[in-house]
Amino acid sequence: MANLVFIPAPDLPPPPGQVGIIRWLKLNFFKDTFSSVLTLLGLYFIFWITGPLLSWFILDAVYAGDSAACNAAEGACWSFIRAQIKLFLFGLFPRDLLWRPILAAALLAITFALTATRIIPVLAMVLCWTALVLISYWLFAGGFGLQSVPTTKWGGLMLTLMLSVIGIVASIPLGILLALGRRSKIGLISFLSVVFIESIRGIPLVTILFMATILLPLFMAQGADLSTVFRVQIGIILFSTAYIAEVVRGGLQGIDSGQQEAADALGLSGWKSTALIILPQALANVLSPLIGRCIALLKDTALVIVVGLLDFLGIAKAAAQSALWLGFEAEAFIFCAAIYWVLCFGLSRYGRSLEQIGAAK
Amino acid sequence: MSEKIAESRGGRQKPPAVIELTDVHKWYGNFHALKNIDLTVRKGERIVVCGPSGSGKSTLIRCINRLEVHQRGSIHVNGVLLTNQTKNIKEVRQEVGMCFQQFNLFSHMTILENLTLAPILVRKMPANDAVDLAMSYLKRVNIADQHDKYPGQLSGGQQQRVAIARSLCMAPKVMLFDEPTSALDPEMIKEVLEVMVDLVNEGMTMICVTHEMGFAKSVADRVVFMDMGEIVEENTPDEFFDNPQVDRTQSFLNQILSH
Repeated sequence: MANLVFIPAPDLPPPPGQVGIIRWLKLNFFKDTFSSVLTLLGLYFIFWITGPLLSWFILDAVYAGDSAACNAAEGACWSFIRAQIKLFLFGLFPRDLLWRPILAAALLAITFALTATRIIPVLAMVLCWTALVLISYWLFAGGFGLQSVPTTKWGGLMLTLMLSVIGIVASIPLGILLALGRRSKIGLISFLSVVFIESIRGIPLVTILFMATILLPLFMAQGADLSTVFRVQIGIILFSTAYIAEVVRGGLQGIDSGQQEAADALGLSGWKSTALIILPQALANVLSPLIGRCIALLKDTALVIVVGLLDFLGIAKAAAQSALWLGFEAEAFIFCAAIYWVLCFGLSRYGRSLEQIGAAK
Repeated sequence: MSEKIAESRGGRQKPPAVIELTDVHKWYGNFHALKNIDLTVRKGERIVVCGPSGSGKSTLIRCINRLEVHQRGSIHVNGVLLTNQTKNIKEVRQEVGMCFQQFNLFSHMTILENLTLAPILVRKMPANDAVDLAMSYLKRVNIADQHDKYPGQLSGGQQQRVAIARSLCMAPKVMLFDEPTSALDPEMIKEVLEVMVDLVNEGMTMICVTHEMGFAKSVADRVVFMDMGEIVEENTPDEFFDNPQVDRTQSFLNQILSH
């Protein structure tokens, strides 16, 4: 006999914050004696360090002028960066052909924007990146109507970006295939995948770069000769592929077996269910470590200095030792670090935005 | 002779067998999971399989669409012998729909995409037709307004109804249900069972592993009781519940019908 009627109680707003700004400060910074002392020490430290940093970086810095003017001044020598900027960005690339790497950079920015805003479907994205790699290579190397530029003249940020972008674009699909291969039921494929992954993971990148520069010519046909840049690029791709494969494998293992069973029960073939059901969910699960590997790759390219290539960091070092501008290593490395940071942080933010797309589902 | 005449005159022709399991055995390593399974399911029949945990009920129906592989005996689905050939397995899976205890919806796709995926990719249906088909089945399970939501945004009962609609989009000849309501809270069980009863009323051949004895009593043509990998008893619901022949069946019924 349910005579009583249940009327749900209305939702009420939570109680307002009981703290004003003064109380917030007190609570977070001056809660007790120990906390207050730490706060005061922290403030002292900030004031102590801000002054000199501000003077050196901005107030006393020299923005225009030559080496002598810089030496006379107290602060940073940003005019050194301005004078050498082409070296930093393009290495020894012929100065009258700079429109080519600049065009390549613009295309990279456009392709990245298209990918990040997800305007175009996945297949088109793959084609765009492939086209970008091919066109950029053509713009850098020349041939087919453009003046040739030998790879020994490639350097600076241009080289770093090229090695990183091609490394990432090539190693992600290869890494995915390798991860699938490792989980394959065909014993030989699985065995070969494991051997590859564990061999590469057991060797430092420096060693792989050395080995690539020395060993690769042995694998090539007689007479064919790859420049150092190519050998290094292949080494970087192999290195990154192994690590990406492990990240993807982790993602694959996290997928409930019911997903594969449901796909099987519907009659979907192996490749279709892997590509459309399993992989999208697996990759979405490991976006963070995946982007982390990309960021690491960007920074790892600095190691090419050991095989004689002058990437962004290498050029910075070399620029600081040029006869006209001696003694400004600090500015060179700080500039280098700042650009690396912007690129890596950009990648990190992009990764975060990708994660949030998935979180909405 | 006289029986044949009687059959063709007034007696009914038995409907064709859709699923035939003959002397099926399955081992997991050394563990003998299915023993001496002989089961025939005819078109339009509704079979409920029940039994204690570990009795092999799920293994049995998963063998039918090759999610599990049997090592001895034969399984025929719609006349097709189930073997290791991929083409063969694919043919069978297109005729057999399955609903799982955990729904197994594709969480990175919308409800509509979940439903249209298989018709487009497996039956090569044009996208527009697939969408119309999907929407019609979503309407049938009363969930058409949620078609652009993601599975994570739906309740368990809604997800299971979507899963049923997803299987139906492939127009299967048989529907297999592996404890479809076991992961649902009591209020949602009813909405899913109603959908299943609708299916049954339209003549769908169905094998359902379930603990819902009310459903078995009202809907099943036959109840199959399994224990320790074997079919212990098989009978019409009335006979099964009121007049069990085997002692094991009796003890099982005592346990489940007492609360």
